[in-house]
Amino acid sequence: MAYVTDKSGLGPIAPTRSRDAVRTVPAARKKRSLHLGSFGYGLPLLITFFLLWEIAPRLGWLNAIFFPPLSEVLVAWYRMLLDGTLSANIGISLQRAFIGFALALVVAIPLGFLMGRYSTFEKVSDLLVQTLRNTSQFALLPVFILLLGIGEASKVAITFYSSIFFLLINTIAGVKSVEPLLLKAARSMGTSDLDLFRKVILPASIPHIVSGARLAVKSSIFAVIGAEMLAAKSGLGYLIQNSQLMMETADMYAGILTMTFIGLIVNYLLVGFERWATGWKTPSDALPH
Amino acid sequence: MDRIKITGIHKTFQLKPGQFVNVDGVESDSVTVLDGVDLTIRKGEFITLVGPSGSGKSVLLDIIGGLTLASSGTVEIDGKIITKPDPKTGYVFQQYALFPWRTALANIEYALEVRGVGRRERTDKARYFLSLFGLSGFEDRFPNQLSGGMQQRVAIARALAADPEVLLMDEPFAALDAQTRELLQAELLRIWEKINTTVVFVTHSIDEAIFLADRIVVMTARPGRVKEIIDVDLPRPRGGDIRASAQFNAHRGTVWEALRDEVNKAQKDWALSPAYAA
Repeated sequence: MAYVTDKSGLGPIAPTRSRDAVRTVPAARKKRSLHLGSFGYGLPLLITFFLLWEIAPRLGWLNAIFFPPLSEVLVAWYRMLLDGTLSANIGISLQRAFIGFALALVVAIPLGFLMGRYSTFEKVSDLLVQTLRNTSQFALLPVFILLLGIGEASKVAITFYSSIFFLLINTIAGVKSVEPLLLKAARSMGTSDLDLFRKVILPASIPHIVSGARLAVKSSIFAVIGAEMLAAKSGLGYLIQNSQLMMETADMYAGILTMTFIGLIVNYLLVGFERWATGWKTPSDALPH
Repeated sequence: MDRIKITGIHKTFQLKPGQFVNVDGVESDSVTVLDGVDLTIRKGEFITLVGPSGSGKSVLLDIIGGLTLASSGTVEIDGKIITKPDPKTGYVFQQYALFPWRTALANIEYALEVRGVGRRERTDKARYFLSLFGLSGFEDRFPNQLSGGMQQRVAIARALAADPEVLLMDEPFAALDAQTRELLQAELLRIWEKINTTVVFVTHSIDEAIFLADRIVVMTARPGRVKEIIDVDLPRPRGGDIRASAQFNAHRGTVWEALRDEVNKAQKDWALSPAYAA
Protein backbone atom coordinates (compact mmCIF):
# COMPACT_ATOMS: atom_id res chain seq x y z
CA MET A 1 0.00 0.00 0.00
CA ALA A 2 1.26 3.44 -0.87
CA TYR A 3 1.84 6.02 1.82
CA VAL A 4 2.22 9.76 1.57
CA THR A 5 3.51 12.15 4.16
CA ASP A 6 2.10 15.53 4.85
CA LYS A 7 3.99 18.22 2.96
CA SER A 8 5.22 19.83 6.15
CA GLY A 9 6.85 16.59 7.21
CA LEU A 10 5.33 17.18 10.64
CA GLY A 11 1.87 15.79 10.11
CA PRO A 12 0.82 12.19 10.60
CA ILE A 13 1.41 9.66 7.87
CA ALA A 14 -1.82 8.71 6.16
CA PRO A 15 -2.55 6.02 3.61
CA THR A 16 -3.60 7.37 0.21
CA ARG A 17 -7.28 7.17 -0.40
CA SER A 18 -8.72 5.36 -3.32
CA ARG A 19 -9.54 7.65 -6.19
CA ASP A 20 -13.29 7.66 -6.03
CA ALA A 21 -13.65 7.58 -2.28
CA VAL A 22 -15.82 10.48 -1.16
CA ARG A 23 -13.69 12.79 0.94
CA THR A 24 -15.20 14.70 3.79
CA VAL A 25 -12.74 16.48 6.10
CA PRO A 26 -9.30 16.42 4.56
CA ALA A 27 -9.03 19.76 2.72
CA ALA A 28 -9.16 21.87 5.87
CA ARG A 29 -6.90 19.58 7.83
CA LYS A 30 -4.18 19.48 5.24
CA LYS A 31 -4.11 23.25 5.03
CA ARG A 32 -3.70 23.75 8.76
CA SER A 33 -0.69 21.45 9.09
CA LEU A 34 0.89 23.01 6.00
CA HIS A 35 0.48 26.31 7.71
CA LEU A 36 2.24 25.16 10.88
CA GLY A 37 4.94 23.73 8.68
CA SER A 38 5.82 27.06 7.08
CA PHE A 39 5.71 28.63 10.55
CA GLY A 40 8.32 26.10 11.65
CA TYR A 41 10.60 26.99 8.74
CA GLY A 42 10.59 30.66 9.67
CA LEU A 43 11.22 30.20 13.37
CA PRO A 44 15.05 29.80 13.38
CA LEU A 45 15.66 33.13 11.66
CA LEU A 46 13.29 34.93 14.04
CA ILE A 47 14.99 33.38 17.06
CA THR A 48 18.40 34.40 15.71
CA PHE A 49 17.12 37.95 15.41
CA PHE A 50 15.96 38.00 19.04
CA LEU A 51 19.21 36.41 20.22
CA LEU A 52 21.24 39.08 18.45
CA TRP A 53 19.06 41.69 20.10
CA GLU A 54 19.95 40.17 23.47
CA ILE A 55 23.66 39.68 22.83
CA ALA A 56 24.64 42.75 20.80
CA PRO A 57 24.06 45.36 23.57
CA ARG A 58 25.69 43.09 26.18
CA LEU A 59 28.84 42.68 24.09
CA GLY A 60 28.93 46.42 23.42
CA TRP A 61 28.20 46.04 19.68
CA LEU A 62 25.27 48.39 20.23
CA ASN A 63 24.80 51.15 22.75
CA ALA A 64 22.70 49.64 25.54
CA ILE A 65 21.14 53.01 26.32
CA PHE A 66 19.56 53.15 22.87
CA PHE A 67 19.26 49.36 22.44
CA PRO A 68 18.63 47.66 25.77
CA PRO A 69 18.90 43.86 25.60
CA LEU A 70 15.67 42.03 24.83
CA SER A 71 15.49 40.63 28.38
CA GLU A 72 15.37 44.15 29.81
CA VAL A 73 12.66 45.07 27.34
CA LEU A 74 10.66 42.05 28.45
CA VAL A 75 11.12 42.98 32.10
CA ALA A 76 9.85 46.49 31.34
CA TRP A 77 6.97 44.95 29.40
CA TYR A 78 6.07 42.71 32.33
CA ARG A 79 6.20 45.67 34.75
CA MET A 80 3.87 47.71 32.55
CA LEU A 81 1.59 44.71 32.22
CA LEU A 82 1.35 44.38 36.01
CA ASP A 83 0.79 48.06 36.76
CA GLY A 84 -1.94 48.31 34.12
CA THR A 85 -0.12 50.78 31.86
CA LEU A 86 -0.20 48.38 28.94
CA SER A 87 -3.81 47.27 29.12
CA ALA A 88 -5.07 50.85 29.52
CA ASN A 89 -3.11 52.06 26.49
CA ILE A 90 -3.85 49.01 24.35
CA GLY A 91 -7.53 49.40 25.16
CA ILE A 92 -7.72 53.01 24.11
CA SER A 93 -5.68 52.47 20.92
CA LEU A 94 -7.73 49.48 19.81
CA GLN A 95 -10.94 51.31 20.59
CA ARG A 96 -9.93 54.21 18.34
CA ALA A 97 -8.82 51.89 15.56
CA PHE A 98 -11.92 49.76 15.79
CA ILE A 99 -14.46 52.58 15.84
CA GLY A 100 -12.82 54.17 12.81
CA PHE A 101 -12.73 50.84 11.00
CA ALA A 102 -16.35 50.03 11.86
CA LEU A 103 -17.53 53.41 10.60
CA ALA A 104 -15.54 52.91 7.41
CA LEU A 105 -17.18 49.52 6.93
CA VAL A 106 -20.66 51.01 7.29
CA VAL A 107 -19.90 53.73 4.74
CA ALA A 108 -17.70 51.79 2.30
CA ILE A 109 -19.91 48.79 1.63
CA PRO A 110 -23.08 50.59 0.48
CA LEU A 111 -20.98 53.17 -1.36
CA GLY A 112 -18.91 50.43 -2.99
CA PHE A 113 -22.10 48.67 -4.07
CA LEU A 114 -23.36 51.80 -5.75
CA MET A 115 -20.04 52.56 -7.42
CA GLY A 116 -19.53 48.98 -8.54
CA ARG A 117 -23.02 48.48 -9.87
CA TYR A 118 -23.92 51.81 -11.44
CA SER A 119 -21.28 53.02 -13.85
CA THR A 120 -22.66 56.56 -13.93
CA PHE A 121 -22.30 56.77 -10.18
CA GLU A 122 -18.74 55.55 -10.45
CA LYS A 123 -17.87 57.92 -13.28
CA VAL A 124 -19.10 60.85 -11.23
CA SER A 125 -17.42 59.90 -7.96
CA ASP A 126 -14.23 58.11 -9.02
CA LEU A 127 -12.06 61.19 -9.48
CA LEU A 128 -12.95 62.56 -6.05
CA VAL A 129 -12.29 59.17 -4.45
CA GLN A 130 -8.89 58.90 -6.18
CA THR A 131 -7.97 62.41 -5.05
CA LEU A 132 -8.89 61.72 -1.41
CA ARG A 133 -7.26 58.31 -1.49
CA ASN A 134 -3.95 59.82 -2.45
CA THR A 135 -3.96 62.35 0.34
CA SER A 136 -1.97 61.13 3.35
CA GLN A 137 -4.08 60.64 6.44
CA PHE A 138 -1.27 62.19 8.50
CA ALA A 139 -1.27 65.29 6.35
CA LEU A 140 -4.92 65.59 7.27
CA LEU A 141 -4.44 65.11 11.01
CA PRO A 142 -4.05 68.88 11.58
CA VAL A 143 -7.26 69.38 9.66
CA PHE A 144 -9.08 66.80 11.76
CA ILE A 145 -7.76 68.45 14.93
CA LEU A 146 -8.90 71.88 13.74
CA LEU A 147 -12.34 70.56 12.87
CA LEU A 148 -12.87 68.00 15.63
CA GLY A 149 -10.56 69.08 18.42
CA ILE A 150 -7.69 67.23 20.06
CA GLY A 151 -9.97 64.57 21.63
CA GLU A 152 -11.20 61.19 20.49
CA ALA A 153 -13.08 62.41 17.42
CA SER A 154 -9.94 63.40 15.52
CA LYS A 155 -8.34 59.99 16.23
CA VAL A 156 -11.40 58.18 15.04
CA ALA A 157 -11.45 60.40 11.97
CA ILE A 158 -7.91 59.44 11.01
CA THR A 159 -8.51 55.72 11.48
CA PHE A 160 -11.71 56.01 9.48
CA TYR A 161 -9.87 57.81 6.72
CA SER A 162 -7.07 55.24 6.78
CA SER A 163 -9.34 52.25 6.37
CA ILE A 164 -12.18 53.41 4.16
CA PHE A 165 -10.36 53.38 0.83
CA PHE A 166 -9.12 49.80 1.14
CA LEU A 167 -12.68 48.74 1.88
CA LEU A 168 -14.21 50.89 -0.83
CA ILE A 169 -11.84 49.89 -3.63
CA ASN A 170 -12.17 46.20 -2.78
CA THR A 171 -15.94 46.34 -2.49
CA ILE A 172 -16.13 47.93 -5.93
CA ALA A 173 -13.82 45.25 -7.33
CA GLY A 174 -15.94 42.58 -5.62
CA VAL A 175 -19.19 43.89 -7.03
CA LYS A 176 -17.72 44.12 -10.52
CA SER A 177 -16.38 40.60 -10.34
CA VAL A 178 -19.79 39.00 -9.79
CA GLU A 179 -20.33 36.44 -12.51
CA PRO A 180 -22.97 37.91 -14.91
CA LEU A 181 -24.48 34.46 -15.34
CA LEU A 182 -25.28 34.38 -11.60
CA LEU A 183 -27.07 37.71 -11.92
CA LYS A 184 -28.99 36.35 -14.88
CA ALA A 185 -29.92 33.19 -12.98
CA ALA A 186 -31.04 35.27 -10.00
CA ARG A 187 -33.17 37.45 -12.26
CA SER A 188 -34.69 34.41 -13.93
CA MET A 189 -35.94 33.34 -10.50
CA GLY A 190 -37.61 36.70 -9.99
CA THR A 191 -35.10 38.10 -7.49
CA SER A 192 -35.95 41.65 -6.42
CA ASP A 193 -33.32 44.40 -6.59
CA LEU A 194 -32.89 44.39 -2.83
CA ASP A 195 -32.51 40.61 -2.70
CA LEU A 196 -30.07 40.81 -5.59
CA PHE A 197 -27.77 42.92 -3.39
CA ARG A 198 -28.34 40.96 -0.21
CA LYS A 199 -28.36 37.43 -1.53
CA VAL A 200 -26.17 37.54 -4.63
CA ILE A 201 -23.88 40.56 -4.93
CA LEU A 202 -22.95 40.76 -1.24
CA PRO A 203 -22.01 37.10 -0.75
CA ALA A 204 -20.24 37.03 -4.11
CA SER A 205 -18.18 40.08 -3.07
CA ILE A 206 -17.29 38.79 0.39
CA PRO A 207 -13.86 37.41 -0.57
CA HIS A 208 -12.87 40.79 -1.99
CA ILE A 209 -14.34 42.69 0.94
CA VAL A 210 -12.55 40.50 3.47
CA SER A 211 -9.16 41.04 1.82
CA GLY A 212 -9.91 44.76 1.82
CA ALA A 213 -10.78 44.52 5.50
CA ARG A 214 -7.43 42.92 6.28
CA LEU A 215 -5.59 45.84 4.73
CA ALA A 216 -7.98 48.32 6.30
CA VAL A 217 -7.59 46.99 9.85
CA LYS A 218 -3.82 47.05 9.56
CA SER A 219 -3.91 50.54 8.15
CA SER A 220 -6.22 51.82 10.87
CA ILE A 221 -3.97 50.38 13.61
CA PHE A 222 -0.92 51.97 12.03
CA ALA A 223 -2.77 55.27 11.74
CA VAL A 224 -3.87 55.31 15.35
CA ILE A 225 -0.26 54.76 16.48
CA GLY A 226 0.90 57.63 14.27
CA ALA A 227 -1.83 59.94 15.45
CA GLU A 228 -1.13 59.14 19.08
CA MET A 229 2.54 59.91 18.58
CA LEU A 230 1.69 63.25 17.08
CA ALA A 231 -1.17 64.43 19.25
CA ALA A 232 -2.44 62.44 22.20
CA LYS A 233 -2.08 61.88 25.91
CA SER A 234 -2.92 58.17 25.87
CA GLY A 235 -2.61 55.07 23.74
CA LEU A 236 0.25 52.87 22.59
CA GLY A 237 1.59 55.47 20.19
CA TYR A 238 1.74 57.99 23.00
CA LEU A 239 3.45 55.43 25.24
CA ILE A 240 6.13 54.77 22.63
CA GLN A 241 6.69 58.43 21.86
CA ASN A 242 6.67 59.51 25.51
CA SER A 243 9.09 56.75 26.56
CA GLN A 244 11.50 57.93 23.91
CA LEU A 245 11.29 61.52 25.16
CA MET A 246 11.94 60.30 28.71
CA MET A 247 14.78 58.08 27.47
CA GLU A 248 12.95 55.06 28.93
CA THR A 249 14.11 53.05 25.96
CA ALA A 250 13.17 49.65 27.42
CA ASP A 251 9.59 50.91 27.79
CA MET A 252 9.71 52.25 24.26
CA TYR A 253 10.72 48.88 22.78
CA ALA A 254 8.15 47.15 24.97
CA GLY A 255 5.53 49.41 23.41
CA ILE A 256 6.79 48.68 19.90
CA LEU A 257 6.82 44.92 20.52
CA THR A 258 3.28 45.08 21.89
CA MET A 259 2.24 46.90 18.75
CA THR A 260 3.81 44.27 16.52
CA PHE A 261 2.26 41.48 18.52
CA ILE A 262 -1.21 42.99 18.27
CA GLY A 263 -0.74 43.42 14.53
CA LEU A 264 0.24 39.76 14.18
CA ILE A 265 -2.71 38.51 16.21
CA VAL A 266 -5.20 40.66 14.34
CA ASN A 267 -3.78 39.52 11.03
CA TYR A 268 -4.05 35.84 11.94
CA LEU A 269 -7.59 36.33 13.20
CA LEU A 270 -8.52 37.94 9.91
CA VAL A 271 -6.81 35.24 7.88
CA GLY A 272 -8.83 32.71 9.85
CA PHE A 273 -12.00 34.68 9.24
CA GLU A 274 -11.19 34.92 5.55
CA ARG A 275 -10.71 31.18 5.32
CA TRP A 276 -13.98 30.57 7.13
CA ALA A 277 -15.92 33.08 5.05
CA THR A 278 -14.63 31.71 1.77
CA GLY A 279 -14.75 28.03 2.68
CA TRP A 280 -17.01 27.42 -0.31
CA LYS A 281 -14.10 28.14 -2.61
CA THR A 282 -12.23 25.01 -1.57
CA PRO A 283 -12.89 22.23 -4.06
CA SER A 284 -12.70 18.63 -3.02
CA ASP A 285 -11.47 15.71 -5.08
CA ALA A 286 -13.13 14.42 -8.20
CA LEU A 287 -16.49 12.83 -7.58
CA PRO A 288 -18.44 10.24 -9.48
CA HIS A 289 -20.96 11.61 -11.92
CA MET B 1 -54.50 23.67 -24.59
CA ASP B 2 -51.85 26.23 -25.49
CA ARG B 3 -49.39 27.33 -22.88
CA ILE B 4 -46.91 29.51 -24.76
CA LYS B 5 -47.83 31.62 -27.74
CA ILE B 6 -44.98 33.29 -29.62
CA THR B 7 -46.08 35.81 -32.23
CA GLY B 8 -43.88 37.64 -34.71
CA ILE B 9 -40.79 37.91 -32.52
CA HIS B 10 -38.02 40.08 -33.96
CA LYS B 11 -34.80 40.84 -32.16
CA THR B 12 -32.08 43.19 -33.34
CA PHE B 13 -28.92 43.87 -31.39
CA GLN B 14 -27.25 47.23 -31.74
CA LEU B 15 -23.47 46.83 -31.88
CA LYS B 16 -21.15 49.03 -29.86
CA PRO B 17 -20.05 52.27 -31.55
CA GLY B 18 -17.32 51.49 -34.08
CA GLN B 19 -18.28 47.83 -34.48
CA PHE B 20 -19.66 46.58 -37.75
CA VAL B 21 -20.88 43.33 -39.12
CA ASN B 22 -21.16 42.16 -42.70
CA VAL B 23 -24.72 41.14 -43.52
CA ASP B 24 -25.15 39.83 -47.06
CA GLY B 25 -22.23 41.94 -48.21
CA VAL B 26 -23.49 45.13 -46.57
CA GLU B 27 -21.82 46.75 -43.57
CA SER B 28 -24.20 47.22 -40.70
CA ASP B 29 -23.95 48.38 -37.11
CA SER B 30 -26.73 46.11 -35.94
CA VAL B 31 -27.44 42.39 -36.12
CA THR B 32 -30.87 40.88 -36.54
CA VAL B 33 -30.89 37.54 -34.77
CA LEU B 34 -34.60 36.75 -34.83
CA ASP B 35 -36.70 37.68 -37.80
CA GLY B 36 -40.33 36.83 -37.17
CA VAL B 37 -40.62 33.76 -34.99
CA ASP B 38 -44.10 32.28 -34.61
CA LEU B 39 -44.60 29.23 -32.46
CA THR B 40 -47.32 27.82 -30.27
CA ILE B 41 -46.42 25.35 -27.55
CA ARG B 42 -49.03 23.18 -25.90
CA LYS B 43 -49.40 22.58 -22.20
CA GLY B 44 -47.12 19.84 -20.91
CA GLU B 45 -45.28 19.55 -24.20
CA PHE B 46 -41.56 18.84 -24.50
CA ILE B 47 -40.12 21.02 -27.25
CA THR B 48 -36.52 20.91 -28.40
CA LEU B 49 -35.07 23.79 -30.32
CA VAL B 50 -32.28 23.07 -32.80
CA GLY B 51 -30.51 25.29 -35.28
CA PRO B 52 -27.04 26.36 -36.37
CA SER B 53 -24.93 28.63 -34.17
CA GLY B 54 -26.20 32.17 -34.32
CA SER B 55 -29.76 31.21 -35.18
CA GLY B 56 -30.96 32.93 -32.03
CA LYS B 57 -32.13 29.87 -30.06
CA SER B 58 -30.76 31.16 -26.77
CA VAL B 59 -32.05 34.66 -27.44
CA LEU B 60 -35.50 33.25 -28.08
CA LEU B 61 -35.28 31.38 -24.78
CA ASP B 62 -34.26 34.59 -22.99
CA ILE B 63 -37.24 36.37 -24.51
CA ILE B 64 -39.64 33.61 -23.40
CA GLY B 65 -38.05 33.81 -19.95
CA GLY B 66 -38.52 37.57 -19.80
CA LEU B 67 -34.78 38.16 -19.46
CA THR B 68 -34.48 39.99 -22.78
CA LEU B 69 -37.07 42.19 -24.44
CA ALA B 70 -37.97 41.51 -28.05
CA SER B 71 -37.59 44.33 -30.57
CA SER B 72 -41.11 43.51 -31.68
CA GLY B 73 -43.64 40.73 -31.30
CA THR B 74 -45.03 39.12 -28.18
CA VAL B 75 -44.66 36.05 -26.01
CA GLU B 76 -47.70 35.02 -24.01
CA ILE B 77 -47.72 32.41 -21.28
CA ASP B 78 -51.26 31.40 -20.40
CA GLY B 79 -52.49 34.53 -22.12
CA LYS B 80 -50.23 36.88 -20.18
CA ILE B 81 -47.71 38.91 -22.17
CA ILE B 82 -44.17 38.42 -20.84
CA THR B 83 -42.09 41.53 -20.17
CA LYS B 84 -40.12 40.37 -17.13
CA PRO B 85 -39.19 37.03 -15.55
CA ASP B 86 -42.38 35.23 -14.62
CA PRO B 87 -42.65 33.26 -11.37
CA LYS B 88 -44.20 30.45 -13.43
CA THR B 89 -41.00 30.01 -15.43
CA GLY B 90 -37.87 28.10 -14.44
CA TYR B 91 -34.55 28.49 -16.25
CA VAL B 92 -31.60 26.10 -16.50
CA PHE B 93 -28.29 27.26 -17.97
CA GLN B 94 -25.48 25.40 -19.67
CA GLN B 95 -22.96 26.52 -17.05
CA TYR B 96 -25.18 25.50 -14.10
CA ALA B 97 -25.18 29.03 -12.61
CA LEU B 98 -25.27 27.74 -9.04
CA PHE B 99 -24.34 30.16 -6.27
CA PRO B 100 -20.91 28.90 -5.23
CA TRP B 101 -21.29 30.17 -1.65
CA ARG B 102 -24.48 28.22 -1.09
CA THR B 103 -24.64 24.51 -0.41
CA ALA B 104 -26.59 22.24 -2.76
CA LEU B 105 -29.60 22.43 -0.45
CA ALA B 106 -29.38 26.21 0.00
CA ASN B 107 -29.10 26.67 -3.76
CA ILE B 108 -32.41 24.94 -4.28
CA GLU B 109 -33.91 26.83 -1.36
CA TYR B 110 -32.93 30.10 -3.01
CA ALA B 111 -35.62 29.75 -5.66
CA LEU B 112 -38.21 29.41 -2.90
CA GLU B 113 -36.66 32.04 -0.66
CA VAL B 114 -37.03 34.84 -3.21
CA ARG B 115 -40.63 33.78 -3.75
CA GLY B 116 -41.33 34.21 -0.05
CA VAL B 117 -41.80 30.56 0.91
CA GLY B 118 -41.35 29.92 4.66
CA ARG B 119 -38.12 28.41 6.00
CA ARG B 120 -39.55 25.03 6.97
CA GLU B 121 -41.45 24.45 3.79
CA ARG B 122 -38.56 25.42 1.56
CA THR B 123 -36.13 23.12 3.36
CA ASP B 124 -38.53 20.21 3.06
CA LYS B 125 -39.14 20.92 -0.57
CA ALA B 126 -35.45 21.36 -1.37
CA ARG B 127 -34.71 18.03 0.30
CA TYR B 128 -37.44 16.36 -1.71
CA PHE B 129 -36.04 17.65 -5.00
CA LEU B 130 -32.50 16.66 -4.07
CA SER B 131 -33.72 13.14 -3.38
CA LEU B 132 -35.65 13.13 -6.66
CA PHE B 133 -32.29 13.57 -8.42
CA GLY B 134 -30.58 10.97 -6.24
CA LEU B 135 -28.55 13.57 -4.37
CA SER B 136 -29.63 12.85 -0.81
CA GLY B 137 -26.53 13.01 1.36
CA PHE B 138 -25.05 15.84 -0.68
CA GLU B 139 -27.14 18.59 0.94
CA ASP B 140 -24.19 20.33 2.54
CA ARG B 141 -21.80 20.18 -0.40
CA PHE B 142 -20.81 23.39 -2.09
CA PRO B 143 -21.04 23.41 -5.91
CA ASN B 144 -17.26 23.34 -6.05
CA GLN B 145 -17.35 19.99 -4.29
CA LEU B 146 -19.74 18.42 -6.79
CA SER B 147 -19.10 16.99 -10.24
CA GLY B 148 -20.53 18.74 -13.31
CA GLY B 149 -23.35 16.24 -13.61
CA MET B 150 -24.27 16.70 -9.96
CA GLN B 151 -24.15 20.46 -10.26
CA GLN B 152 -26.52 20.37 -13.22
CA ARG B 153 -28.85 18.09 -11.30
CA VAL B 154 -28.91 20.64 -8.48
CA ALA B 155 -29.56 23.43 -10.99
CA ILE B 156 -32.49 21.54 -12.53
CA ALA B 157 -33.80 20.75 -9.06
CA ARG B 158 -33.55 24.46 -8.24
CA ALA B 159 -35.55 25.35 -11.33
CA LEU B 160 -38.19 22.71 -10.59
CA ALA B 161 -38.50 23.43 -6.86
CA ALA B 162 -40.64 26.47 -7.54
CA ASP B 163 -43.16 24.32 -9.45
CA PRO B 164 -42.71 26.12 -12.77
CA GLU B 165 -45.32 25.65 -15.44
CA VAL B 166 -42.68 26.36 -18.06
CA LEU B 167 -39.10 25.08 -17.87
CA LEU B 168 -36.56 26.72 -20.16
CA MET B 169 -33.30 24.85 -20.68
CA ASP B 170 -30.39 26.34 -22.60
CA GLU B 171 -28.10 23.50 -23.70
CA PRO B 172 -28.10 22.18 -20.14
CA PHE B 173 -26.10 19.05 -20.90
CA ALA B 174 -23.64 20.45 -23.44
CA ALA B 175 -20.80 20.79 -20.94
CA LEU B 176 -21.11 17.22 -19.68
CA ASP B 177 -19.36 14.11 -20.92
CA ALA B 178 -21.32 11.73 -23.17
CA GLN B 179 -22.23 9.17 -20.51
CA THR B 180 -23.37 11.72 -17.95
CA ARG B 181 -25.32 13.47 -20.65
CA GLU B 182 -27.33 10.34 -21.54
CA LEU B 183 -27.87 9.61 -17.88
CA LEU B 184 -29.26 13.06 -17.28
CA GLN B 185 -31.44 12.97 -20.38
CA ALA B 186 -33.10 9.82 -19.06
CA GLU B 187 -33.41 11.32 -15.58
CA LEU B 188 -34.96 14.49 -16.95
CA LEU B 189 -37.54 12.49 -18.90
CA ARG B 190 -38.36 10.36 -15.86
CA ILE B 191 -39.00 13.44 -13.73
CA TRP B 192 -40.78 15.36 -16.50
CA GLU B 193 -43.20 12.48 -16.99
CA LYS B 194 -44.02 12.77 -13.30
CA ILE B 195 -44.60 16.53 -13.13
CA ASN B 196 -45.66 17.25 -16.68
CA THR B 197 -44.35 20.75 -16.94
CA THR B 198 -43.93 22.40 -20.34
CA VAL B 199 -40.29 22.27 -21.45
CA VAL B 200 -38.43 24.29 -24.08
CA PHE B 201 -35.00 22.76 -24.49
CA VAL B 202 -32.25 24.22 -26.67
CA THR B 203 -29.64 21.80 -27.97
CA HIS B 204 -27.02 21.33 -30.65
CA SER B 205 -27.31 17.58 -30.53
CA ILE B 206 -29.74 15.97 -32.97
CA ASP B 207 -29.85 12.77 -30.91
CA GLU B 208 -30.67 14.68 -27.77
CA ALA B 209 -33.36 16.63 -29.59
CA ILE B 210 -35.05 13.46 -30.82
CA PHE B 211 -34.70 11.49 -27.60
CA LEU B 212 -36.38 14.14 -25.48
CA ALA B 213 -38.92 15.87 -27.68
CA ASP B 214 -42.56 15.68 -28.52
CA ARG B 215 -41.80 18.15 -31.28
CA ILE B 216 -38.49 19.43 -32.64
CA VAL B 217 -38.40 23.04 -33.80
CA VAL B 218 -35.71 23.59 -36.42
CA MET B 219 -34.51 27.19 -36.73
CA THR B 220 -32.99 28.78 -39.83
CA ALA B 221 -29.52 30.31 -39.95
CA ARG B 222 -29.29 33.93 -38.82
CA PRO B 223 -31.61 35.78 -38.87
CA GLY B 224 -33.56 33.04 -37.08
CA ARG B 225 -37.04 31.90 -38.04
CA VAL B 226 -38.85 28.65 -37.53
CA LYS B 227 -37.92 26.53 -40.52
CA GLU B 228 -39.72 23.34 -39.75
CA ILE B 229 -41.48 21.57 -36.90
CA ILE B 230 -40.92 17.83 -36.71
CA ASP B 231 -43.25 15.59 -34.71
CA VAL B 232 -41.46 12.89 -32.78
CA ASP B 233 -43.90 10.03 -32.39
CA LEU B 234 -41.60 7.69 -30.48
CA PRO B 235 -43.45 5.90 -27.67
CA ARG B 236 -42.99 6.98 -24.05
CA PRO B 237 -41.58 6.21 -21.59
CA ARG B 238 -38.37 6.17 -23.62
CA GLY B 239 -35.34 4.13 -22.62
CA GLY B 240 -31.79 4.45 -23.88
CA ASP B 241 -32.25 1.49 -26.26
CA ILE B 242 -34.68 3.52 -28.34
CA ARG B 243 -31.70 5.29 -29.88
CA ALA B 244 -30.89 2.11 -31.80
CA SER B 245 -34.38 1.75 -33.29
CA ALA B 246 -35.18 2.22 -36.95
CA GLN B 247 -37.73 4.93 -36.10
CA PHE B 248 -35.11 6.92 -34.22
CA ASN B 249 -32.77 6.59 -37.16
CA ALA B 250 -35.43 7.83 -39.54
CA HIS B 251 -35.87 10.91 -37.36
CA ARG B 252 -32.15 11.53 -37.44
CA GLY B 253 -32.38 11.67 -41.23
CA THR B 254 -35.36 14.05 -41.18
CA VAL B 255 -33.81 16.47 -38.70
CA TRP B 256 -30.45 16.49 -40.43
CA GLU B 257 -32.17 17.07 -43.76
CA ALA B 258 -33.88 20.15 -42.31
CA LEU B 259 -30.72 21.41 -40.67
CA ARG B 260 -28.10 20.82 -43.34
CA ASP B 261 -28.74 23.83 -45.55
CA GLU B 262 -28.99 26.10 -42.55
CA VAL B 263 -25.71 24.90 -41.09
CA ASN B 264 -23.99 25.48 -44.43
CA LYS B 265 -25.48 28.94 -44.68
CA ALA B 266 -24.40 29.77 -41.14
CA GLN B 267 -20.84 28.66 -41.85
CA LYS B 268 -20.62 30.91 -44.87
CA ASP B 269 -22.13 33.74 -42.88
CA TRP B 270 -19.54 33.43 -40.13
CA ALA B 271 -16.71 33.11 -42.65
CA LEU B 272 -17.71 36.50 -44.08
CA SER B 273 -17.34 38.28 -40.78
CA PRO B 274 -14.36 36.83 -39.00
CA ALA B 275 -13.94 39.92 -36.83
CA TYR B 276 -17.40 39.56 -35.43
CA ALA B 277 -17.12 35.85 -34.89
CA ALA B 278 -13.95 36.37 -32.89
